[in-house]
Amino acid sequence: METSILKTESLTFSYPAEEGKEARLVLDGVDLDIEAGSFVAVLGHNGSGKSTLAKHLNAILLPSGGKVYVSGMDTADEARLLAIRRTVGMVFQNPDNQIVANVVEEDCAFGPENLGVPPDEIRKLVDDSLKIVGMYSYREHAPHLLSGGQKQRIAIAGVLAMKPRCVVLDEPTAMLDPIGRREVLETIKALNETQGVTVVLITHHMDEAAQAHRLVVMSKGKIISDGPPKEVFQQVEALKAVGLTVPETVELLYELNREGFDLPLDALSDEDCAQALYQLLKKD
Amino acid sequence: MALKDITLGQYFPGKTLLHRLDPRTKILLLVFYIVALFMAKNALGYGLLALTLVGAVLVSRVGFKAVLRGMKPVFFIVVFTAVLNLLYTPGQGEPLIAFWVIKIYWEGIRTAFFMVLRIMLLISCTFLLTYTTSPILLTDALEDLLGLLKKLRLPVHELAMMMSIALRFIPTLIEETDKIMSAQKARGADFETGNLLHRAQALIPLLVPLFISAFRRADELAVAMECRCYHGGEGRTRMRQLKYAGRDYIALLLGLALCVAVWCSNLLGVF
Ligand SMILES: Nc1ncnc2c1ncn2[C@@H]1O[C@H](COP(=O)(O)OP(=O)(O)OP(=O)(O)O)[C@@H](O)[C@H]1O
Ligand SMILES: [Mg+2]
Repeated sequence: METSILKTESLTFSYPAEEGKEARLVLDGVDLDIEAGSFVAVLGHNGSGKSTLAKHLNAILLPSGGKVYVSGMDTADEARLLAIRRTVGMVFQNPDNQIVANVVEEDCAFGPENLGVPPDEIRKLVDDSLKIVGMYSYREHAPHLLSGGQKQRIAIAGVLAMKPRCVVLDEPTAMLDPIGRREVLETIKALNETQGVTVVLITHHMDEAAQAHRLVVMSKGKIISDGPPKEVFQQVEALKAVGLTVPETVELLYELNREGFDLPLDALSDEDCAQALYQLLKKD
Repeated sequence: MALKDITLGQYFPGKTLLHRLDPRTKILLLVFYIVALFMAKNALGYGLLALTLVGAVLVSRVGFKAVLRGMKPVFFIVVFTAVLNLLYTPGQGEPLIAFWVIKIYWEGIRTAFFMVLRIMLLISCTFLLTYTTSPILLTDALEDLLGLLKKLRLPVHELAMMMSIALRFIPTLIEETDKIMSAQKARGADFETGNLLHRAQALIPLLVPLFISAFRRADELAVAMECRCYHGGEGRTRMRQLKYAGRDYIALLLGLALCVAVWCSNLLGVF
């Protein structure tokens, strides 16, 4: 079964409880199967367990109950640890805290160096991954002098240099300005489309989530909705009930429907939304 | 604020001969130089060493200003050493100046002068090394040179890793300190006036958030490093390989020659 790259089976997890308190399940029976080559977004309000789930996907955390498989390898199998981590790369929120070296290319080389790749091959991996994220011309710069978006792209390049089949990004745009956000999101999409890398994007931004192939919504450690963004966002009430909003286009159509119109809720882009409104006006 | 002036570990990129020497060669040359510095006993020896340093600074093109700037933080130590040596070196014959309990001999002046010269040369040559060598190369070189100690089970790789990460985070933490300081100043904190105790107290609201954030960073960095398959120095390769070239051997020979020359000048006994 090589089409499934990440798979969790009734995954439960709780952090060690503080003294006198009862351990609370942060992940409560998560069943998720992610297809190789897909682009999956994970949405959920604060504390719903998204980051905790992400950390299970490359064995930073191990399940309290249930199983996690990374292209068939059980993450609890310590002998496969490096193989698992080079298959699933991880990018975090704060780029400053993931960059280890003070030269861009040295940082990119960190992963392959750890894996014991021969020097001339590392050179090639580093150059290739810097080109993919569009930071090749900055290879000799000091990371702390770059913008947030550039730093985050360096962090992505650092992960790509290990040639992962899947990249998990935990709110990679949360600390960036709109320009940086766009840069990073473009990079992520290109990664999926041209490199065929499976992408799991954890995010707070509806517009980012809307661009994925598949959208998973989490609440209180459970998956409450899973499907193409167009379908998931139609469940406006369910999403609002768990403290999430929907894209503005869907919101508009939804409000109009509540006023008695009959509009389809699957218009995510501005154009689709305008088209739906146009059709409505034409009918009258 | 003086924070931006910190030159520790600062590197001036360049392509001069001094920049291109293998970092290991440069570290070894520094060791030779320091050994020679502690062997020197007279004006001829010190003269040779000072000339060598001037030559090296000229070759490196970092400029004497930058080298002198490195001296600023140790200015007091230098003055203190000079005064102590001046006052407490006993001499034969008549003191040059005798005033109350102060007696200054010719030997005192000589020792003080050489002592100051020695400290200044020592600091200058160390700074010259960091100015002309990127921190990453420096740590690589240290790790390589200390490779022998690895056999004695000393954690050489870990130390080198710690050093390079520390160097990586210096600018980040300086930036953060600046930010916290501005935030506290906006709330009326005063870091610049008052007596020493006052100013030390004013630092507490600066240091507490700085430490908390540093620990959080360390935590996140550790996870990020694990995600990138870091598992210690075992089986690790390096992208950049250090290689000695012809110029390195020549430089090392010259360094050795300097040591011999200084040793010989002691025998001549000039001044
Ligand atoms: N290291 C930890 N130790 C104990 N509890 C933790 C730890 N990390 C997270 N938690 C708790 O686990 C729950 C889920 O946290 P998690 O970070 O997975 O949420 P999240 O969905 O990523 O939230 P956010 O959107 O804020 O990033 C939270 O209630 C949090 O308090
Ligand atoms: Mg999170």
